[in-house]
Amino acid sequence: MSSGRDTSPKPFGVVASFANPELLLEATRRASEAGYRRMDAYTPIPVEGLTDYLKFKDSRLGWITFLGGITGGSIGLWLEWWTSTSAYAHNSGGKPLMSWPMFFPVMYEATILFAAFGATFGMIALCGLPRPHQPVFNAEAMARASQDRFILCIEADDPNYDEKKISEFMKDLGAEEVESVMTTEGY
Amino acid sequence: MSLIDMNKHEMITGEWDNRSIDGRIGDIVLDPNRHLEAKLPGLLGKLLPQNMRSPWFVMAGIGFVFVNILLLCVTILVLTGIGVWGNNQPVGWGFDIINFVWWIGIGHAGTLISAILLLLRNQWRNSINRFAEAMTIFAVMCAGMYPLLHTGRPWVAYWLFPYPNVMALWPQFRSPLIWDVFAVSTYFTVSLLFWYVGMIPDFATLRDRATSAIPRHVFGMLALGWTGSAKAWHRYMHASIMLAGLSAPLVLSVHSIVSFDFAMAIVPGWNTTIFPPYFVAGAVFAGFAMVIMFSIPIRKWYRLEDFITMKHFDWMAKVMLATGLIVAYGYMMETFYGWYSGQSAEMALLYNRGNLANTPYSWAFYSLILFNVVIPNFLWIPKVRQNLTALFWISLSVNIGMWFERYVIIPISLSRDYLPSSFGYYTPTIVDFGMFFGTIGFFVFMMFLFIRFLPMINMFEIKELWHHMSHHKEHGHDVVATGEAH
Repeated sequence: MSSGRDTSPKPFGVVASFANPELLLEATRRASEAGYRRMDAYTPIPVEGLTDYLKFKDSRLGWITFLGGITGGSIGLWLEWWTSTSAYAHNSGGKPLMSWPMFFPVMYEATILFAAFGATFGMIALCGLPRPHQPVFNAEAMARASQDRFILCIEADDPNYDEKKISEFMKDLGAEEVESVMTTEGY
Repeated sequence: MSLIDMNKHEMITGEWDNRSIDGRIGDIVLDPNRHLEAKLPGLLGKLLPQNMRSPWFVMAGIGFVFVNILLLCVTILVLTGIGVWGNNQPVGWGFDIINFVWWIGIGHAGTLISAILLLLRNQWRNSINRFAEAMTIFAVMCAGMYPLLHTGRPWVAYWLFPYPNVMALWPQFRSPLIWDVFAVSTYFTVSLLFWYVGMIPDFATLRDRATSAIPRHVFGMLALGWTGSAKAWHRYMHASIMLAGLSAPLVLSVHSIVSFDFAMAIVPGWNTTIFPPYFVAGAVFAGFAMVIMFSIPIRKWYRLEDFITMKHFDWMAKVMLATGLIVAYGYMMETFYGWYSGQSAEMALLYNRGNLANTPYSWAFYSLILFNVVIPNFLWIPKVRQNLTALFWISLSVNIGMWFERYVIIPISLSRDYLPSSFGYYTPTIVDFGMFFGTIGFFVFMMFLFIRFLPMINMFEIKELWHHMSHHKEHGHDVVATGEAH
């Protein structure tokens, strides 16, 4: 099917599932201390503090939203200025062509609209979505990651990746189930 | 003092502070005695969009009948022209604009609950925000229909938007009507985005729980491949807060801009600066009334007593009371300014509204005062706020009152403005009524479709509360009983 690229299943990582967020937080902390870097947690609810242990920091979304707002406001005001002073300049009730106080509402709404686009689509894009199939879905435990299980996955591209060692480590940390996951054929 | 005594003490004195509420929020939403032992999947089973009870068929059926009446009226309207409405000189704005403003207002509670209460970290909103947001979406749809159809040729309604065209025309950006186009379309788009973003994790839950192919694929596509990754959650929460931050000024601006449709004009009774704030308060007033009216039967039919508690009703009733008082203040100021202006047309308007003896419209004004000012004041009594039947009827009264408010503002002012030679009277036609009740039916129908197919309570936020609560119990905190007043 694919041309040239090797799409045979390869190891994706080791997936461990935990019963509650406290266990997961503890496991993530310990895994981080043990030197694992390429990992992610999958949870049904946002768990505060996880991203600190995952050493994950990303403030781009705020900037994207801000830029969206600036773009919207500028486009709104530019449109009003250009149409009212040159594209369709006509005297309406003796008001100045550039009657900026009257132009505020549209500019304001355009700012909010584009900022909201920035926040929504920026979030979706930064999360790498839409991507209906992801390798981690091959883990059986993932069926409950959106419901009541808290999952930690140490990925195969971690420099310290060793399936056996990680499995032992996770079991010691109180994981209910540990499995190793392969990527899907053809992806 | 034990925690239970403190709880009572605070309830009596009203000395709730945010911290004490935050500590107990799980107890308020979920009844700990029933749920702490329960397994999470069983708890969530109640929230899945699968329950089909007989009230569903009755309500969706009634809604469907009225949707057809709406379609019939719209067909008559489009085939004949807007002359089938009662609008005519001098009253160019009739039911269409009254209903437009009324529906936009009803939508505001959803945005207020989802945005402003999120920013204020009022977690009690968690169990009502989803369907309040759905109400916003459907209410704005109902609202949007009216001005589009009022253009007379809705198939060219895109002329409202600025786009390069062969007529070389551009919109008049100094007109409040164009501000409306931008405000309402932005409001609808942002509300839709906010609603959708809020549902992504729940779509993932539904995808993973689906037992047959169609829901699995549909929810799979809607979930966009959401994994619940910690990194994704981090961005997700960031995006939610920002969307809330963007929606909050939207709540305030949309109805302000709608009020400019009137306040920017020189028609007597319209040209006042009190309009924007009092329209916004009125919108929240009507919106909360609709949320209460809707959640009382839904809570009973779907047995959601553990999620929507008597405290929710108490708080919603208090918001309604507070905004109702602001609206009443608005009426007072409106009257005062009319008198203070000393202008003959404004004075004549006051006379038109208030004189029972020989003016055609005073019945509308006094209905407004009765439904919107007198009846809501019963909410001062705590017993009334705890009585769902009373609350339902008061909310209905508020919705009727808010409709009369727009009726008082629009036809009364328009029918008698500056030129006595063109005084007139406004009589709505059967098509006007058909469309009004038709949009109510459309709203009910859409809400029940939503209940059937989408999670009406935010599942991940309820799970979060559940974990929060079990965590507290494990660590030896006392769990205080909910103040359910059954």
